[in-house]
Amino acid sequence: MLRKIASSSYLVWSFLFIIIPILMIGFLSFTSSEGSVNTGFSFDNYKRFMEPIYLKVLLRSVEIAFKATLICFLVGYPMAMILAKMDSKIRNLAVMLFVVPMWMNFLLRTYAWMTILGKNGILNKFLSLFHIAPMTFLYSEGAVLLGMVYNFLPFMVLPIYTVLTKMDKSLIEAAEDLGGNKGTVFRKIIFPLSLPGVVSGFSMVFMPAVSTFVITNLLSGGQYMLVGNLIEQQFLAVNDWHFGSAISMLLMVLILLTMSVMNRLGAGIGEEGSAGLW
Amino acid sequence: MKDKIVMGRSLTKSYNGIEVVKGIDFWVKKNQFLTILGPSGCGKTTTLRMLAGFESPSSGQIFFEGNEITSLPPYQRHINTVFQKYALFPHMNIYENIAFGLRINKVSEKEVKSKVAKMLELVNLSGFETRKVNSLSGGQQQRIAIARALVNEPKVLLLDEPLGALDLKLRKDMQIELKNMQKELGITFIYVTHDQEEALTMSDKIIIMNQGEIQQIGTPTDIYNEPENAFVADFIGESNILDGIMHKDRLVTFAEKQFECVDGGFKKDEPVDVVIRPEDIKMVNVDEGILKGVVKSVVFKGVHYEMIIKGASKEWMIHSTQMAEEGSTVGLLILPDDIHIMSKEAGYA
Repeated sequence: MLRKIASSSYLVWSFLFIIIPILMIGFLSFTSSEGSVNTGFSFDNYKRFMEPIYLKVLLRSVEIAFKATLICFLVGYPMAMILAKMDSKIRNLAVMLFVVPMWMNFLLRTYAWMTILGKNGILNKFLSLFHIAPMTFLYSEGAVLLGMVYNFLPFMVLPIYTVLTKMDKSLIEAAEDLGGNKGTVFRKIIFPLSLPGVVSGFSMVFMPAVSTFVITNLLSGGQYMLVGNLIEQQFLAVNDWHFGSAISMLLMVLILLTMSVMNRLGAGIGEEGSAGLW
Repeated sequence: MKDKIVMGRSLTKSYNGIEVVKGIDFWVKKNQFLTILGPSGCGKTTTLRMLAGFESPSSGQIFFEGNEITSLPPYQRHINTVFQKYALFPHMNIYENIAFGLRINKVSEKEVKSKVAKMLELVNLSGFETRKVNSLSGGQQQRIAIARALVNEPKVLLLDEPLGALDLKLRKDMQIELKNMQKELGITFIYVTHDQEEALTMSDKIIIMNQGEIQQIGTPTDIYNEPENAFVADFIGESNILDGIMHKDRLVTFAEKQFECVDGGFKKDEPVDVVIRPEDIKMVNVDEGILKGVVKSVVFKGVHYEMIIKGASKEWMIHSTQMAEEGSTVGLLILPDDIHIMSKEAGYA
């Protein structure tokens, strides 16, 4: 009984603040209005998104999010391995240092990069010591990528780290015992068994990266349009809520698709449920 | 030297300044079944892990067929290990698990296939090739772990309490199977266990360890019949252990009586440990016994009765096929041959 009451409050909550808004967005996306006159049900908003100019934005978003995810993986995997190998006393401190920046405000962290990368920023000042002329770091794809990697790296490292620390050490010893050198053991045992963590990391980085607009706004100065910016613009600048809703719906479907593909990948490996993060 | 396939010399291992293995010396001959036996925390698993190469000794040397291998990594040793918790690779099927070592050694696919099939036959699990690891029972997983190690045709197989997680019946069956496999394949087995019965059943030679030191090395018969100190006597089988005084060769006092015995070579009136096996104490009529006592408890053990008999200064445990009534007074007889005298200095912590 108590459980029913407890769970029903969550149901009411998610109905009010998740289901209804989604339905509203869905409704908006299938309607359009000329001025204040509602023109009824139509696919126009979706059709409009199929124009090359918008598809290009989506493609670019997916591309840059994928790049950011890949960089996070390449940087994050070795990091997770180093963390997992540390002596347990230092390890907790190191993980903590890793997590602490996440407690700071997201905007603040991204603003901080602006003062580092800016024309008169810290980096250029530092370079001028060596008589290197100031360079433009901000307002480029590189700056956006950096912002994404910096902000989302912990989401890649932590799930991989968790899987690695939970891994049964005797499996590694068994593989060495059977003749595997360090490289073989990594390729055939450690990496395949850590894949559930990698899959979690991929989805946890990819999802926020593909839909972000704050990072692009700040670090590219609005030069660089991603799908997140497009949605923001439709709602706040152009005031076309219908088109904005349609893009939101499409993005949601895209993320759901990626997630289910990822989950399937994750379920196919790691029979022992070594990930268990979700 | 040549027939000593594995040899440890003054092997020591310490963690954070605490010595868990304290300079032990031992060797095992080709095709022998050697068991390292001891209570938990005695250093037996650490010793095995040094032989496998998972731990490097703090000092001392390990030799394999006369060559030093102390600092070789595990993958360069012709030694394979069967782990206590099997350690099968969960992301591979049974076939791939067994083929793992062969694949690393670039054995041709055809040969892999025939070798894996042969191994599965050896462990009675033919037809399990495509099964997943976690669909197998503990006993089956252990057989696969053995097959995975043996397929590489190691000269020495290390087994770390491989039967510890199995139930009693299965354990007994596997003991016999393992022993047969060892004889059939002619591989040296080094087996670690805390189960004294397992050690006595399977081994050609037993090393008994306690607190990082070797207490005794010998055949199962030697160790049972001639334990070198009170620890070994107590650890292997049941024993009555008493304080005694050795007056001169072949004369000892314990339980307030003088006994003839067969041991000698002690100082005059040296305090000693006297060990008597429960089955070596004969129960006789009161007037025929050297000692007498009151039967305190009787437990039927299948083949024999285990009785506790309260004597004047000591309670005796005896095993006998005859039963005495609880509360009755009986005589006890101990023959010189059955009295084992041990120096106190050998140490029984």
